[in-house]
Amino acid sequence: MTYTQIAVLSVLIVVVFDLFVLRTRMVTRKAFWVSYAIIAFFQLITNGMFTGFGIVKYDGDAIIGSGSPAVGAPPIFGDGRIAFAPVEDLMFGFSLVLLSISLWVMFGRWGISRTPVSGPPIWRRRATTRTKD
Amino acid sequence: MLGLPSNLAYVGVLVFVLVGSLWLEVALRTHVFARLPRLLLVLAVVIWPFLLWDAYAIGQGHWFFDTDRITGIYLPGDIPLDELLFFLIIPIASILTLEAVRSVRGWPVGDGSDEDQAKVSQP
Repeated sequence: MTYTQIAVLSVLIVVVFDLFVLRTRMVTRKAFWVSYAIIAFFQLITNGMFTGFGIVKYDGDAIIGSGSPAVGAPPIFGDGRIAFAPVEDLMFGFSLVLLSISLWVMFGRWGISRTPVSGPPIWRRRATTRTKD
Repeated sequence: MLGLPSNLAYVGVLVFVLVGSLWLEVALRTHVFARLPRLLLVLAVVIWPFLLWDAYAIGQGHWFFDTDRITGIYLPGDIPLDELLFFLIIPIASILTLEAVRSVRGWPVGDGSDEDQAKVSQP
């Protein structure tokens, strides 16, 4: 199979795990999609570094676009690439992020380290603890 | 790059990811590392499918690495150590981001915590 085929399959498998196997249903939750939007933005930056600096290179037969050039950076946009990286990397990243978050929620549901819950941010006062000043 | 040995380039990108996400644990009190057993369980599970995928893709030549820009330490399957670190750090950064969003917005994720269930039961 090509990277393109495996990447599409991985997204489908992880979404099925999220919805029907682990039953965490993260893809139905606002908290997940807002988090993913933040993560995807930073993925474009970090993946751009991996691929733009030529740390990781790709075989043109395995992806939608052309293979990475032997010398120099691939196109920033176009030829199947977004911010230097093959579009397949976005699917790879989505699978890794969704499976990680789905497992995190599942283990919480199992009662493993449910607490301490997150928050509040340091700029908000805790509701219960109030220091004198 | 920045006068560092070039074979730390891959790891340098991962340091960028850590710098960009670990501050959430302090500033947004995400308490991800305060729930270490849960975090370690996620990591112990999530790395396997991606290490297998990595080994297959490297074997097939789907992707390959500039050997001047990775540590040069390899795991079975010709997987660079750098890749294992990637499969550990990206999940940590992802979970920190989710918990940061929860810290600020309080949206439920269905993980069974009391605070979460209070949010779910609200109309």
